[in-house]
Amino acid sequence: MPDFKPAIRERLRDAKLTPTREMEIIDEFEQHLADRYNEILAERATEAEAYKGALAELDEADFTRELQRAEWLYAEPVAPGTEHGTILSSVWQDVRYAARTLRNTPGFAVVAVLSLALGIGANTAIFQLLDSVQLRSLPVKDPQELALVRIADRSWSNGQFRGRYSHLTNPQWEAIRNQQQAFSSIAAFGFNSFDLSSGGPVRIAHAMLVSGDLFNVLQVTPIAGRVFTANDDRRGCASIPAVISYGFWQHEFGGKNAIGSTLHLDGHVAEVVGVTPPNFYGVEVGRTFDVAVPICSEKILAGEDSVLDRRHAWWLAAMGRLKPGWTLEKATAQLQAISPGVFQSTVPPVYDVDGIKHYTAYKLAAFPGGNGVSSLRLDYEQPLWLLLGIAGLVLLIACANLANLMLARATSREREVAVRLALGASRKRLVRQFLTESVLLAIGGAVIGFLLAQTLSRFLVRLLATTRTSPVLDMGVDWRMLTFTTALALLTCMVFGLAPALRATRSSPAALINANGRGMTASRERFGMRRILVVAQVSLSLVLVVSALLFVRSLHHLLTDDGGFQESGVLITDVDLTRLKLPVERRSPFKDQLLRNIRAVPGVEFAAEANIAPLSGSSWKNLIEGWEGKGIEGSVSLNRVTPSFLAVMGTPLLAGRDFNEQDTAPSPPVLIVNEAFAKKYFPQQSPIGKTVKMSADVGEARPLYEIVGIMKNSKYSDVHDDFAPLAYVVYSQESKPDQYTELMVRSNLPLETLTDAIKKTVAETNPEIAIDFHVLKTQIRDGLVRERMLAALSGFFGLLAALLATVGLYGMISYMVARRTNEIGIRMALGARRGDIVKIILREAGLLLGSGSLIGAALALAAGRAASTLLYGLKPHDPLTLGASILALVMVGTIASVLPAARAARLDPMVALRVE
Amino acid sequence: MRPIVSLYIAVKYIDSSRMLDRELKKGSTELLVLSVLQYRQRHGYEISKLIEERSGGMLKFKVASLYPMLYRLENRGWLQGRWVEKAGERRRRFYRITAEGRKVLKAQQNTWDEFVTAINRITGMEHA
Repeated sequence: MPDFKPAIRERLRDAKLTPTREMEIIDEFEQHLADRYNEILAERATEAEAYKGALAELDEADFTRELQRAEWLYAEPVAPGTEHGTILSSVWQDVRYAARTLRNTPGFAVVAVLSLALGIGANTAIFQLLDSVQLRSLPVKDPQELALVRIADRSWSNGQFRGRYSHLTNPQWEAIRNQQQAFSSIAAFGFNSFDLSSGGPVRIAHAMLVSGDLFNVLQVTPIAGRVFTANDDRRGCASIPAVISYGFWQHEFGGKNAIGSTLHLDGHVAEVVGVTPPNFYGVEVGRTFDVAVPICSEKILAGEDSVLDRRHAWWLAAMGRLKPGWTLEKATAQLQAISPGVFQSTVPPVYDVDGIKHYTAYKLAAFPGGNGVSSLRLDYEQPLWLLLGIAGLVLLIACANLANLMLARATSREREVAVRLALGASRKRLVRQFLTESVLLAIGGAVIGFLLAQTLSRFLVRLLATTRTSPVLDMGVDWRMLTFTTALALLTCMVFGLAPALRATRSSPAALINANGRGMTASRERFGMRRILVVAQVSLSLVLVVSALLFVRSLHHLLTDDGGFQESGVLITDVDLTRLKLPVERRSPFKDQLLRNIRAVPGVEFAAEANIAPLSGSSWKNLIEGWEGKGIEGSVSLNRVTPSFLAVMGTPLLAGRDFNEQDTAPSPPVLIVNEAFAKKYFPQQSPIGKTVKMSADVGEARPLYEIVGIMKNSKYSDVHDDFAPLAYVVYSQESKPDQYTELMVRSNLPLETLTDAIKKTVAETNPEIAIDFHVLKTQIRDGLVRERMLAALSGFFGLLAALLATVGLYGMISYMVARRTNEIGIRMALGARRGDIVKIILREAGLLLGSGSLIGAALALAAGRAASTLLYGLKPHDPLTLGASILALVMVGTIASVLPAARAARLDPMVALRVE
Repeated sequence: MRPIVSLYIAVKYIDSSRMLDRELKKGSTELLVLSVLQYRQRHGYEISKLIEERSGGMLKFKVASLYPMLYRLENRGWLQGRWVEKAGERRRRFYRITAEGRKVLKAQQNTWDEFVTAINRITGMEHA
């Protein structure tokens, strides 16, 4: 019997079978060929003919291909990564394999996914907020056609300013409406709040006073009833029609038919005529309106305080829809052309010559209006961009961390790669598997990041809320941002997942298997990359720690700096007497009686009245025209108070006296001034007994005030302000007392219990009085929302960044120790002491931390400028903050490196030398 | 009457035409192998001889085409192969049909029968 084996083996060569399988097939084929040989011999052929006939069995054109095709299905690859099967089945196999591998290293997987998720989540959430505050258009038709009309450069202004968007006066608005040609329709709006109750504690409704065309300009169609037309807004209108928002309709009318129902607005009856659609929140981003009433009804609602015809009362904003083909530039040109006419016809009579000169030089212009108006935007635009930058850095750090982790992992998997290559895995397939792992990590990070973003953005909106207002923002998922951050994460994963795979598969398996574990100090190249990554992490996280510390310290300053008063224990009661319809001469006696009643409430230590509640954001300023014979020299903040106001606020009187019963209308007008006032206007002398003259509107008397007391400097309108000249005048010398006042009470009792007693006393005095309570301390806290948000978020991100950097450093040093175990063993065998080993390791850590801190400090100094306007009480390059941040980071970093260093020092040299 | 009958056949044929085409090219050989293993297990040489005999020498399988097919059927789970050793003889690999293989065989036989019936009806009609 001839030997068929060589021929069969030759035939099988191209099929690249595994040795075991090849043996089997040879066995089976040989048996078959032997049978065939015998069969041919039995037909009386020669041995040579039989041999040739048997071998012919092996001839078949596509044998190798057919066999391979059959065999792919046959053998589960010995090494995952052998090329076989369809693309889909192998992708699925890759995914399962990657999931299994990640499950085997849960620490790596969790850290990788979480750091990505935090980066993605934070960025998406902050961008969502920024987008909804800053970038998104009003939910109306063709918002890009909308434009705001206001004075281009109003650096000089004078008069009464009301509401958040006091761009124009009503007379100006009427003139603009009649003369403009740029807009197919134009409308004005102002904001106000009305009391819905009929006496007693107020229920606030946020209202828009709108011109008849506003809904037409915005092209809003009501879901019930009708919206206003020009007919609703006619001078001298006698009734008040009201259009209500969807939300107001839901909670006030329970969604039932409200058309024709009546509302009480500051005691005046308004009739509901329409309801706006659910997605329409008005023209102000961040706030929704409850009720809209025509501008003409202001006359009815405000009564004697009406500002409709007051030429120095600024309270309206105007928005128009550009005519087809008109641009903002063209509209501005037209508005500039009508400006002289508009302003000359509306000069406020109270202005003096200088004022008129400024006023008539005003120029109107058109500004983009598609985003509506937003005070939220003014306050938060800069902090949000800053926070987005910070979150971006966090994402970068997370990516660097991830890259580092993946590099470490790839190095430790070199041997695995080598074994699999040796077992027949194809290079392409291995790379694909590494990629699959990366993609899996990125997807995990993106999914968790997405969920995190939802929670975080809700949290952010809550951070912006104060005790009285909470912003209404559409925080829909921003797919653009999510896609961007996910793509970034994916890219990081791919680049750093792929690079090691490519490198590992380029080397010869044998070399890798041999080299593994015997690396004395491991490859310089790989360590270099990882060092750069760690240094980048340290430096970037230093920037974030510095900014966090700056904002936290800034908030701390605002909360603890002496504002010149004692914020605790002060209750403010807004009092509105309009419904009592008191004649002017009865107001003062009535208010005095109310104050006496309040003083009698048990637990009230001091009570006083003030025209402006301190730190409420309101202010009253006037010019000092002269004192002791000198000319005009600047402005002063004013407040009108009753005696013991200083006691209520806890502001010490430094010299002179408080107001008292002797300060009456006929007696000479008196003034209490603060230190800043005294220092500015009476340097090096006592101002007590000196007189000053205040500016007054044209036609009004300019009395001489005598300074009777000096008080400590105190904050006036806003905690952020520096101490400025401030003077108090006394209520009892006011000739035209108004119908609103702030009752200020100091008490040791918990203020919540006090409110009930005050409510009762006020109702007993007169049930028609409308009141609303504020707590001074809360009011101040509410003024710090922006600082709180910045401190909280930057603090969180700073900690996160420091944590990530520490993890990165710890990982790097641990890894280095592991890779250099052999080397450490040799050193110890040659006589190195444990201290020397620790020194070697710590030197490495110190180098990384040192260079990271150095670069970070430079970056922090450069980046600090962006934050300078948001800081209070310290400079962006505050050396203490920078020093503390570096110290903290270096300390944490050192602790993170000491652990692996100590582990290295404890190594037994004999064990270390044997380690593979 | 005639047009209606021929219409029925045409529809039937179109329904399974695509499948038949593939079966004819490749599957018919699988059908043959499964058929000869229907009642007992056999080794490769025996399978090839049996097909050759039963087809009166019309169908011959070479080693190079038979075994890849056997491996393929085995990997699909239609056949199961195992090495059998007998005293004094070399070991041989025997193949037997699995339960799944039987199902496939049954389905393939049905398809084949349908095809043959269809052919017969067409050709038969010409003679009628």
